[in-house]
Amino acid sequence: MLGRTLREVSAALKQGQVSPTELCQRCLSLIKKTKFLNAYITVSEEVALKQAEESEKRYKKGLSLGDLDGIPVAVKDNFSTAGIETTCASNMLKGYVPPYNATVVQKLLDQGALLMGKTNLDEFAMGSGSTDGIFGPVKNPWSYSKQYREKRKQKSHGENEDSDWLITGGSSGGSAAAVSAFTCFAALGSDTGGSTRNPAAHCGVVGLKPSYGLVSRHGLIPLVNSMDVPGILTRCVDDAAIVLGILAGHDPKDSTTIQDPVKPFTLPSLTDVSKLCIGIPKEYLTPELSSEVRSLWSKAANLFESEGAKVIEVSLPHTSYSIVCYHVLCTSEVASNMARFDGLEYGHRCDTDVSTEAMYAATRREGFNDVVRERILSGNFFLLKENYENYFVKAQKVRRLIARDFVNVFNSGVDVLLTPTTLSEAVPHTEFIREDNRTRSAQDDIFTQAVNMAGLPAVSVPMALSSQRLPIGLQFIGRAFCDQQLLTVAKWFEKRVQFPVIQLQELMDDCSSIFENEKLASVSLK
Amino acid sequence: MWARAVWLGLRASAGGRRGFPSKAAHQGSRRVTAELIEHLERLALVDFGSQEAVARLEKAIAFADRLRAVDTDGVEPMESVLEDRCLYLRSDNVVEGNCAEELLQNSHRVVEEYFVAPPVCLFGEIYERN
Repeated sequence: MLGRTLREVSAALKQGQVSPTELCQRCLSLIKKTKFLNAYITVSEEVALKQAEESEKRYKKGLSLGDLDGIPVAVKDNFSTAGIETTCASNMLKGYVPPYNATVVQKLLDQGALLMGKTNLDEFAMGSGSTDGIFGPVKNPWSYSKQYREKRKQKSHGENEDSDWLITGGSSGGSAAAVSAFTCFAALGSDTGGSTRNPAAHCGVVGLKPSYGLVSRHGLIPLVNSMDVPGILTRCVDDAAIVLGILAGHDPKDSTTIQDPVKPFTLPSLTDVSKLCIGIPKEYLTPELSSEVRSLWSKAANLFESEGAKVIEVSLPHTSYSIVCYHVLCTSEVASNMARFDGLEYGHRCDTDVSTEAMYAATRREGFNDVVRERILSGNFFLLKENYENYFVKAQKVRRLIARDFVNVFNSGVDVLLTPTTLSEAVPHTEFIREDNRTRSAQDDIFTQAVNMAGLPAVSVPMALSSQRLPIGLQFIGRAFCDQQLLTVAKWFEKRVQFPVIQLQELMDDCSSIFENEKLASVSLK
Repeated sequence: MWARAVWLGLRASAGGRRGFPSKAAHQGSRRVTAELIEHLERLALVDFGSQEAVARLEKAIAFADRLRAVDTDGVEPMESVLEDRCLYLRSDNVVEGNCAEELLQNSHRVVEEYFVAPPVCLFGEIYERN
C-alpha cells in the first residue's frame, strides 16, 4: 500500500480496502524503523493519529474531502505549523512553536491530509547537502537500497557498510528522504536555488518547483523573498500535479501570489509529442558534468526526437554568470531577512542583558551557524552605500539579462527545456564535506538556480540508475505559469523511462507486511 | 602609506574588471580592512573574529567581482519577476488579530504585554568580541 500512487491509495481509502488509521500507523512504524536516516526532526504522532481518526469518520459517512483525505504527508521544517515546533534546523528557532499554519500547510490540512512530521534540512535552507543543520545530516535511503549495496559488495568486501553513506542533496533532503523511503506520499520542500529539485534527483523522486507567484509563501520562513517557492516532492509526476492543484492559487496573505484564477487539473496522458519543441541549452554542457549524467541527458533528448518531437539546441548566454548573480542577490536578501532574529519576540535569546546591541550580537552568534552568519556578513557588504550600485544593483541587472535569456528561448518556439538537475549522482558524506558549504552550493546549484532567478516552473524527474546503482534525475523547465504543460511533458517522460523502485525490503524485514501483496512496479532488477 | 593603500585598492578593482579573482583577492586584503570588518559586524550584528571574517569576506567579494565582466549598459535592475503585474492590496478591514497572549508566549522576556529589551547604549559602546 505504501508504494502506491496518491490516486491509488485515495481509491483504496474510498473503497475501504485500508483505513486512514491503518495507513497512518504503517507510516509511523516505518518512520521509526528508518530513524537512522534522520529525515524527520519532529514526528507529530498524536496529531497524525487524531487527523486519521477524523478522516476515518468522514470516509465512513462517504464524505471524503478529496484526493488527499487521509494521506500521510510531511512538511519541511521551515514551514510554520501551529502548535508544532518549527526550527529551520537552527538553534535560533529551537523550541519555537508558531501560532499559525503556513498557508500551504493549512491547505493540506483542509484537504484532510495527515501531518506525519517536520523534516530535516540545512540550517535555514542554506546548503545543498542537508548536512548543515543542528540535528545532523540526512542520509540518502539509496545508501541502504539492495541495488546500491549489491553493487558495492562486488567492489569491496567486509567494509563497514554504514561508514560511507550518501548525502540526500539539499536543502530539502529530509523531505526527499521521507518520500523516497515510503514514510509519506508527498512532502513539502522549499526551492530558492534548487533546494527541492537537487535532493529529488539524488533520492530518486519527483521534485517540483512551481512558478513564482503560483503558490503562497505565507508561513514559509523566508530566505530570498524574490526567489523562494514552496516545492513539492512525490514519487510520481501525477501525484505532484494533484498536490499542486491543491496548493496553487491566490492568497490574500501573500501579495506576491498572482490573482489569476487557478483550478486543480488532471494531467492528460500525452501520446503524441510531434508538436512539442524541446530546447537543450548548450551552456549547460559544462566540463564538471559527469559523463554518466551527460550520456543520460543525451539519451533523453534522443528519446524525444525518436518519438517525433522537435529537439533543438538553444542558447542561454548569461548562464555562466547566474551563479555569481545568485550569490550576491541571495546573500543580500538573506542579510535583510535574518535581521528579524534578534531574540526579542521569538526564538533564542542569550543570557546577557547589558545592552541591545550586545544582546543581539550574542543571540545571533549563539543562534546561527557559520554558514548563515557568513551569508549575512557578505550580504551586508554588498548592501553598503559604496557597494550598492556595483554589486546589488549590478546583480539585479544581470538577473534581468538571465530572465530575458529564457524569455527569448521560449519566444523562439521552445515549449520546454531539458537539462541535467545535478552534476552527478549522490556522493558519500565523507567526500561532500571536503569542501565548504558555499563552494558546494555554488557547484551543485549550477543547473537549478537560474530558474529561480527567472521565476519559472521546473521539475526534476528520476530517469535511471547510474553505474553505481544510484538515481540520476533530469530537469524540465517550462514557461512561466505553464506548470500544467511542464508536468504533462514530465509525465510522458516518466512513463517512457520507467525508473526502478527502490528496494529497501532487506533493511526492513519485519515490515514485510507492508510490502507483501504489493504489485509494485519493480520492473527490471538492475 | 595611505596613498599606497589607495593605489593598491585601485589596482585591485582594475584586476577585478579583467576577471582575475585571485589577484583581486590578494590585493583585496587591503580593501577588506579591519575597520571594514568591524563596521560590517556592527551593521550585521554577527561576528567571526577578524581573521576569519576577512578571509570569508574576501572570497565572497572575489566571487561577486566576476559580475563586472557582464555588460549591463541600458539594462534596468530587476526587482521581481512579477514586475509587470500589480501587487495585490487587501482592503483595510480588520479580520483577525486579538492574539497578543499567544504571541507573547513565544518571547523569553515579557512584562505584562510588553516585550522586554535591554537598554540601548547611547554613548557608542565598544562591545567585546571573542
